[in-house]
Amino acid sequence: MDTLTPKTLYGEMFDTNELVINMGPQHPSTHGVLRVVLRLDGEKVIDAEVVIGYLHRGIEKLSENRNWTQIILLTDRMDYVAAATNNVGYCQTVEKLMQLEVPRRAKYVRTILCELQRIASHCLWVGTHAMDIGAMTVFLYAFRERELILDLFEEFCGARLTYNSMRIGGLPLDIPPGWDKKVLAFCDIMDAKIDEYETLLTHNRIWLERTKGIGVISGPDAAALGMCGPALRGSGVARDVRKDEPYAAYDEMEFDVPVGVAGDTYDRYLVRMEEFRQSLRIIRQATEGIPEGPIVGKVPRLIKPAAGETYHAIESPKGELGYFIVSDGKSTNPYRFRVRPPSFCNLQALPRLVKGHLVADVVALIGSIDIVLGEVDR
Amino acid sequence: MIDQFVIPTLKIVIVLFAGVLPAVTYMVLLERKVIAWAQSRLGPMRVGPYGVLQPIADAIKLMLKEDITPTKADRWVFTAAPIISMVPALIVYAVIPFGPTVQFFGHPVSLYITDINVGLLYIVSVASVGVYGIILAGYASNSKFPLLASLRASAQLISYEVAVTLTLVSVILMTGTLSMVGIVNAQYNARVWLFIVQPVAFVIFFIGGLAETNRAPFDLPEAEQELTGGFHTEYSGMRFALFFLAEYANMIVVSSVATTLFLGGWLRPFPNVAALHFLDVVPSWIWFLLKSFVFLYIFIWVRATLPRYRYDQLMRLGWKVLIPLAIANLVVTGIVKVMLR
Repeated sequence: MDTLTPKTLYGEMFDTNELVINMGPQHPSTHGVLRVVLRLDGEKVIDAEVVIGYLHRGIEKLSENRNWTQIILLTDRMDYVAAATNNVGYCQTVEKLMQLEVPRRAKYVRTILCELQRIASHCLWVGTHAMDIGAMTVFLYAFRERELILDLFEEFCGARLTYNSMRIGGLPLDIPPGWDKKVLAFCDIMDAKIDEYETLLTHNRIWLERTKGIGVISGPDAAALGMCGPALRGSGVARDVRKDEPYAAYDEMEFDVPVGVAGDTYDRYLVRMEEFRQSLRIIRQATEGIPEGPIVGKVPRLIKPAAGETYHAIESPKGELGYFIVSDGKSTNPYRFRVRPPSFCNLQALPRLVKGHLVADVVALIGSIDIVLGEVDR
Repeated sequence: MIDQFVIPTLKIVIVLFAGVLPAVTYMVLLERKVIAWAQSRLGPMRVGPYGVLQPIADAIKLMLKEDITPTKADRWVFTAAPIISMVPALIVYAVIPFGPTVQFFGHPVSLYITDINVGLLYIVSVASVGVYGIILAGYASNSKFPLLASLRASAQLISYEVAVTLTLVSVILMTGTLSMVGIVNAQYNARVWLFIVQPVAFVIFFIGGLAETNRAPFDLPEAEQELTGGFHTEYSGMRFALFFLAEYANMIVVSSVATTLFLGGWLRPFPNVAALHFLDVVPSWIWFLLKSFVFLYIFIWVRATLPRYRYDQLMRLGWKVLIPLAIANLVVTGIVKVMLR
């Protein structure tokens, strides 16, 4: 028996075709140069294919021809909205490879920078995510606060986007005098601002309708797809590298790992909103307990790890950011340099998430998994 | 001679070229400013003091821009669509009463272009033609995103036109006339503005008005984030400007109609309370503009605050909430009206 389609029911006259639509690479809501090929039935998405590679700069290959310190600068350009986290991840991997000891003061400052960076990255996320769904005011509010964080970074290392703010074995420079006070003052401002975003979104009926039940994915499915970070925690899996395999000073910090229940866009949103608050909690603890001491450990003048390989992951704002580095022990550059980018792994869940939803949900879901194309393509 | 030809012609010229068109262009500036303030920005500040000349600069820019017709577009429909969109938005002003008849240098001048006995019907029918502009634009562009937008526009038109028209029927039941001037006078005689006796109709009309003018949170046909501008993706220069102006002209129409129907038009607050007679120093048309401005401000405010509805949710809201509510309101109005007689 024929399946009941408009064509079998009414003949050629009502034949319906699928509409193939090319979303991106120039599209306002694909967060950069992502291209999604959508197959539509009316406005319903039957299938989606994600095409990446428009921002490929060959960072991994380039790194094999740079010395170990120069690579820090390249890692800035991967997740360019969270450059400090990338720096920390890379430096810690090399430190693990060389078995270097990092002074406690450096660890604390790294923790503060990582968490400030997480807030900055989440600010960008909440802004663009809300903007994709049509709430444009949140975008500017979030950028207003992100600016404050960039000011703090500028005072620390002179740069506002690509910081190059770490060195293998510690930090390039100590925090400026009075900087910790400013960080604490920022925390107080930010507390109120998070409530402001939530007033505009969390209980907004339209926001609820647009995000609840959209892109539902169960915990095991999400884990099987390699999703990580807030996108995975939104599905109820309490996986956080900061808790599970603590690095920097996270083992000395008290914080909770928020998890969602439903695994939909709304829960992923709630998880990230709670992460704002947890990050502030960590920053307060770290800033108040920052120890005196040196900022760089005992690092050999020529960085040349012994032959070997290592993998080390940290919790970047987007998820589990891992570095796999092989050293041949002979040259002053890595033999192999490979990154496990959280955005890339989260992005591969997109076709699964959008299936059966409408075109408008596609942009909501791209925002919901929080990708940065610089990191996806590298 | 003067009363028959000069004054009516002058009125049309003044309303359209000194009233509506500047109002529409400055509406754009107002929106940019208000949204900027809501978002802790400054808005346009460069052209003239506080950016007050920005609309003029924008107009010059749009007129000088290259006018592109895509090769695959349906040339005639593509050209006609912006006009179909703009013209109804302007001719609706023919029946909007900005004030009562006043004496002006010894001549009686009514502050409306004309008062026809089916004014409300005229507005509804003309305003619904405007949406064809959007539908045809999306269709004629021969491009995928505009096509989706025009589908959305047709769905939206059907869902909201019905609800809005039903609320208008309740208004007609209350006032017993279709003439815009008559409706205002009926509110004067009833000693009460209609939004107090018809709150449900008022709210539905306003929501429907948002949807009909494609304003946030119902701006689906031009959803910039999904459809990259929607129906006007392929338009440039002055043709794009026509769509743009039509949207703002429609906003003013909806505000004016809402003012006339529900807020007593040109009447001052409590028009029957003699103690408030001093309020009459403010001319009637100023009251009208003030009330309309309140609506326009809410239009902008809503846009700065709310996210956008999704296509299916908009349909659900229209068919499952607004239309039943409007029908219930109509029935209740009718029953109460009969019982009070």
